[in-house]
Amino acid sequence: MTVATAPAGEVQPASATGSFGRRRARNVVMWTLCSIALALVVAPVVWLVAGIVAQAVPDWRWNVLTTNQLGNGGGVLNAIEGTFLIVAGVMVLAGVVGIAGGLYLAEYASARHGSLLRGASEVLSGVPSIVLGYVGYIALVVALHWGFSLLAGWIVLSVLVIPYITKTTEVAIRNVPTSYREGGDALGMRSGYMLRRLVMKPALPGIVTGLIVAAAISLGETAPLLYTAGYNSKGPSGALTHSPVGYLTYDVFTFYNEPYKSAQHLAYEAALLLIVLVVLLIVVSRFIVSYSQRYSPDRQQRVTGRWRRGAQPAEARSAQPPLDAASPPPPPRA
Amino acid sequence: MPQVLHLVTYVPLVLLLAIMAALVWKAIPAIRYNGLGFFGRTTWNLGNLYAPLVSGHGVTHPPGAAYGALPLIVGTVVSSAIALVIAVPVAVGTALVVVEKLPPRLSTGIGFCLEVLAGIPSVVIGLWGIFTLGPFLSHHVATIWANHVPDVPVLRFFRGPSGNGQGLFTSGVVLALMILPIIAATTRDLLRQVPRATVEGAVALGMTDSEAAGAVTIPWVRSGVIGASVLGLGRALGETIAVAMVSGSLVGSNVHSFYSAFTTIAATIVTQLDGALTDASGLAVATLAEVGLVLLVITLLANIGARMLVRRVATTALPVGRGI
Repeated sequence: MTVATAPAGEVQPASATGSFGRRRARNVVMWTLCSIALALVVAPVVWLVAGIVAQAVPDWRWNVLTTNQLGNGGGVLNAIEGTFLIVAGVMVLAGVVGIAGGLYLAEYASARHGSLLRGASEVLSGVPSIVLGYVGYIALVVALHWGFSLLAGWIVLSVLVIPYITKTTEVAIRNVPTSYREGGDALGMRSGYMLRRLVMKPALPGIVTGLIVAAAISLGETAPLLYTAGYNSKGPSGALTHSPVGYLTYDVFTFYNEPYKSAQHLAYEAALLLIVLVVLLIVVSRFIVSYSQRYSPDRQQRVTGRWRRGAQPAEARSAQPPLDAASPPPPPRA
Repeated sequence: MPQVLHLVTYVPLVLLLAIMAALVWKAIPAIRYNGLGFFGRTTWNLGNLYAPLVSGHGVTHPPGAAYGALPLIVGTVVSSAIALVIAVPVAVGTALVVVEKLPPRLSTGIGFCLEVLAGIPSVVIGLWGIFTLGPFLSHHVATIWANHVPDVPVLRFFRGPSGNGQGLFTSGVVLALMILPIIAATTRDLLRQVPRATVEGAVALGMTDSEAAGAVTIPWVRSGVIGASVLGLGRALGETIAVAMVSGSLVGSNVHSFYSAFTTIAATIVTQLDGALTDASGLAVATLAEVGLVLLVITLLANIGARMLVRRVATTALPVGRGI
């Protein structure tokens, strides 16, 4: 037992140090510090979003969405088309590989085999994105003579998000209650049929959420794309190789530093679009999670052992003893 | 069907090995040319690109080419360390107050905030960092202490002009913001799994709730928080675009003050690759592969350490009633 040890022996000194007033003061100080920490998390998020909005919205032009990038200004139509094409391709490529990998790890892999492959996947997720971009450049763009291209961008971004998709798929499938399979077995289902009809269906919200996270990641990446997809001020040509593609993050990364008002404004407009898209994806994934939880009320609690509010066993809801006369009892944890 | 899946599962392993092989293969000329002194030098000189190529150490290279990775490695490690020092206390404090004090509706809102912060592209954080946060930090925050720090060996680092907002301090804060979500969310989820009865027991012994948090809750989740922090460290070490934007991109010199421009390995690769391609001998590109390899090794060590810690906590700390 090396972790999570808070033996009763260590507990005693805390209540023996200092007078009652000092201890209460320390209590207040500590929670004040924690509240300040909370403010330090929330404030930058609000400040950041508000800052980008304040720069982009006052001079917002709707035609930015319908014109291509041109000279030191223009619009982001080429980048929007390119971004959607890149994200869609990554969803297909990484989705197939990631979901298949997660399915295998959850359903078929032996423990030792599984831990090796899982470890490889986790290590791969730790490779810095610029290293992936660099390898993509020397291997795909230069060595294979693809040039800056859609295909190189797809492959490098897929490598980046496959570990996420594998992980979320595996977790989602493992979270399907064993009783479902037992029921299927009892009915004499073949394993492939059972997998499709009984296991994948309840796992689907989790898998889709993982895909959405992957979409948000590939939407926001810059470093792996700079030297693989390149940049194009025209819309995607449709060719897989030898044709660079534009994307929104490039507009931000390149034009913020140009000495032209129109170029910097374009960077802010692209940044605003990125924020809007990311927030949309987060809202959609939250909606999926809450929707799937609503229709299987006890699943999460049973599978993860985590208490959700309102689903706690009776003994866990036992009343908190009041701390002392001065402070109210702490609220039940969510 | 399982056979096809079986093959697909090997994709991450194969990719990982392929990435390492490609980097090593590409870096070989640089490893031979730069030698071990690579890790001790501070210069970053592509050499005379207009002169005829010369041969040395078995590698053709432009005359005068000299590379040192020390400032890059120091910059990478120091900026990530600053990020960690800022992010860990803030994340743990946030998670504590969210789990112990806030009503569920509000903590859902905070969770949304964390997700947005995690989801905002790093290039957007960099844009905000360079035009809004950086100037604010250098003009209104760093000035609070920059001129009052005593001129003694270690503290001297924090002394002096607070710069223009591009540099180590701003990068540390930006990186801290980027790794906050992962540490805070993990800590929050771990705190929610601390068995209620043990905390109630501590309170029943007469502890205040902060004492109960310090004596029971925090030790219970400690190794998980350490694991999440090292995971965050891995992120910070490899972060590229935001740092490239707010670091000031100072190549070829060691960082000498808390506010001075500097660079990291990742930022150097992304900002120098264009220039490196003009080196006809390919040595500059190979050197970038070598620093990329160094970065890969550093981040992988951090990540593997984190996974081991997180796995340990996941297998031993969760069963209710153990340890207490």
